[in-house]
Amino acid sequence: MNAPIARLYVLVLVMFAVLIAFTSRWSVFEADALNDNALNRRSVFEEQRIKRGLIRAADGTVLARSVPAQDDTFRRTYPEGGLFSHAIGYSYTTLGRAGLERSRNDDLAGRRGELGSVIDRVIGRDPIGDNVLTTLDPRAQRIALGALNGRKGSVVAIEPSTGAVKVMASTPGFDPRDLRSTKTFERLATDNDNSPLLNRATQAGYPPGSTFKVVTAAAALDSGRFQPNSTIDGNSGKPISGVPLANSGGRDFGPVTLTTALTNSVNTVWADVAEQLGKQTMQKYMKRFGFGEDPPLDYPDGQMLPSGEYVAGRGLVPATSRFVDVGRMAIGQDKLRVTPLQMAMVAAAVANRGRLMRPHLTDRVVDIDGRTVDRIEPEEQARVMSAGNADKLIEMMTNVVREGTGTAAALSGIDVAGKTGTAEIDPSRDINQPWFIGFAPAKNPKIAIAVTIERTTGGQGGVVAAPIAKQVMESLLNG
Amino acid sequence: MSARTRELFALIPASLLVTAGFTAVFVQREDVLTDLSLTYGAIFLGLCFAAHLVLRMTLKEADPYLFPLVAVLACFGLVMIYRLDEELAREQAQWFVVGLGAFAATIVFLRDYRRLENYRYLIAVGSLALLLLPRVPGIGQQTNGAYLGIGLGPVTFQPAEFAKIGVVIFLASYLRDTRQLLVTGGRTVLGIVVPPLKHLGPLLVIWGGSMVLLVFIRDLGSSLMFFGGFLAIIYVATNRLSFPLIGLTMFGIGFWFFASTVGHVQSRIDAWRHPFDQSLFERVGGSEQLAQSLFAQADGGFFGAGFGQAFTTLQGGDIQFLPAAQTDLIYALITNELGLVGACAVLLVYLLIAERGFKVAMLARDSFSKLLATGLTAVFALQVFVIVGGVTKVIPLTGVTLPFVSYGGSSIVANFVLLALLLCVSDKARREIT
Repeated sequence: MNAPIARLYVLVLVMFAVLIAFTSRWSVFEADALNDNALNRRSVFEEQRIKRGLIRAADGTVLARSVPAQDDTFRRTYPEGGLFSHAIGYSYTTLGRAGLERSRNDDLAGRRGELGSVIDRVIGRDPIGDNVLTTLDPRAQRIALGALNGRKGSVVAIEPSTGAVKVMASTPGFDPRDLRSTKTFERLATDNDNSPLLNRATQAGYPPGSTFKVVTAAAALDSGRFQPNSTIDGNSGKPISGVPLANSGGRDFGPVTLTTALTNSVNTVWADVAEQLGKQTMQKYMKRFGFGEDPPLDYPDGQMLPSGEYVAGRGLVPATSRFVDVGRMAIGQDKLRVTPLQMAMVAAAVANRGRLMRPHLTDRVVDIDGRTVDRIEPEEQARVMSAGNADKLIEMMTNVVREGTGTAAALSGIDVAGKTGTAEIDPSRDINQPWFIGFAPAKNPKIAIAVTIERTTGGQGGVVAAPIAKQVMESLLNG
Repeated sequence: MSARTRELFALIPASLLVTAGFTAVFVQREDVLTDLSLTYGAIFLGLCFAAHLVLRMTLKEADPYLFPLVAVLACFGLVMIYRLDEELAREQAQWFVVGLGAFAATIVFLRDYRRLENYRYLIAVGSLALLLLPRVPGIGQQTNGAYLGIGLGPVTFQPAEFAKIGVVIFLASYLRDTRQLLVTGGRTVLGIVVPPLKHLGPLLVIWGGSMVLLVFIRDLGSSLMFFGGFLAIIYVATNRLSFPLIGLTMFGIGFWFFASTVGHVQSRIDAWRHPFDQSLFERVGGSEQLAQSLFAQADGGFFGAGFGQAFTTLQGGDIQFLPAAQTDLIYALITNELGLVGACAVLLVYLLIAERGFKVAMLARDSFSKLLATGLTAVFALQVFVIVGGVTKVIPLTGVTLPFVSYGGSSIVANFVLLALLLCVSDKARREIT
């Protein structure tokens, strides 16, 4: 009977081999798919075990920290409440992540490549997150939020030479601490009148109004076809794309230089200029300024909107599209939808003498022992225009604040360059979208800014937005 | 070196393992490193030494490796359970002592195990009665739709664990008598030896019994274990492949029939085929257990997450990652914490036990001893296959324990009795050789 016993043992060997094969299948070969399975909640709780790093403002203020919760887990809290709610975002098990909490998740969760985590696993250590030091300035942010004063709108301030984002205000906002209650989150997420969770700085597409004339002027000067003293007929009612275009208040300026046309925001001059430049040239300069794609900000893609011409049913189209009325686009009308961040980038590019720096929210990533793991160096996003042509445009924009529509942004003792904008939203009810973009000091710019407020009755950019820019710039320059 | 001395030395690694295991658990909990782990190791060694003395006095020649291998498994299970729940581990340790008692008693009273043959029908009837006990109103208990246990006061008891030994004893004894008749009395039909009907009868009864198990007790795992053990014995008894093949076909037909008619069996199979189906996952007694088992193994990877690192429960038990981690899913927990490497090591220990068991059967001189050792080993190996196969989605998951490792008193005690019987057979066989 020994032969069948031996064969029986072989059968047992085969059966156990099958067990080992299947164990290998689940634990090694198909492990990745199982770990990613939506029903597998391990990763969610795994991350709760990680003490995420701090998020700090430029001055060291703690904006987000992890505090111990039950079962050796951690939970996120935001000591400054809603101060930087949109920029920082949130990180909760129930909601997922948004803002910097999302875009810097790998740093905050201490994930430094495969090898590091394998070593952590072998020695059984839970990874500790790195701290993220941001470029954000709490004092200026507070002033921006105060100046917006509950109105729906946004302020973005960037350091032109580096691209460091100093202020990213969007109102109405939220207190990320309140979102721990799913009910509150549901309420805020479905509040379509106020959209408090929307980051207007990066996600809201507004008509830019006359602030867009800075883009047109950059194209005019840098293409070499125009000079600041080039003279163009500025009468109201000039036909643009075959339809008469009016100046603000129907005013006839007669033949004026481009400098004067920017100072007084003469629509017909800039529309004429753009028609002469053509769609190709306008598209070229818009692309250089960053229009047509998500800004290269260290921020989640899903929370950014590319700026440009939006055609109903087709979405974003280039300026060369046959749907574009290039003359009206040049003065910020037509189908333009731009974000405050994009307009701040326009101002910053001019301020930095034509070099657009990649905007960024993170200054550096520091590990638990204080060593810098990653420093975000200033990086050129695009060379928009030559330094010489940029200087000419700076001079023209300085004039706007000195004697034109933007005088309300003037700072005592410091030259400010800028451009106002007032996009008509509902002319019958006199509802506008006021804008101001600019930078200071004009000779050696330290800060570039974009300010806008939604649906203001009778509001002009120079009256409503320029004073807000003034306050925020003042705070940043004195700090 | 005598067999018993080899056994004694082989027990030392087992005790070191239990010491190291408890140390690992303590270190992981960041407690102060106490000498408690040493104490546990010492107690464990003491218990094993006591059992060893019993063996030394009664079964001098028995296989020296079986007991240490089992000790390794038992101490490993104890550490795993301790890591889950200290209270459960204390109970398990008590059952370990009871199991060793049963082990010693079996050796002392059944040293001449061939006396069992005189009571084979009594044993058969008793085993069947045991199997049906869980359906008796008042004491029967239902878990996950299957009737697996009975409650006697505070103690729950899984009769199938004991019944498997009884059934093997009966079959070994019955087939020793009839094996010649089964082979020689048969006619050849289409090249297959078909045994005469009158001898086929009892075998049909066994088949019927396992079908009853399937339907009445709704215990797919035990049914597979019993029937598999039966086929192994009949194959060794007759050395005819046709018998197990016919049996397997019959089992397959019966299984297919009941799988499509009995709801409980059907839902187990659905869960097995589609563990990640949303609705099956969310259903009570659905596929969640299997899905979680697979997730846990994936979390383990090659080297494992480390002792005490696996998710089992969170928020005071509100969130369960591994339902029944201490019993059904203990293999998944092992893979999670010790990885593929650890899981393979555990399976290797079982393979070594099976190897020693079959070796005992080969050395035995008389048919009954051979069949008994074969049957006990086969049933033991099958039990491992049924639960590990269930946990790794080779076959539908059923509630069978992983011998000596899973939490459960009946399982530990019954398997110690099984081990004692194997050692008795071994002792007798080796005495006859020398």
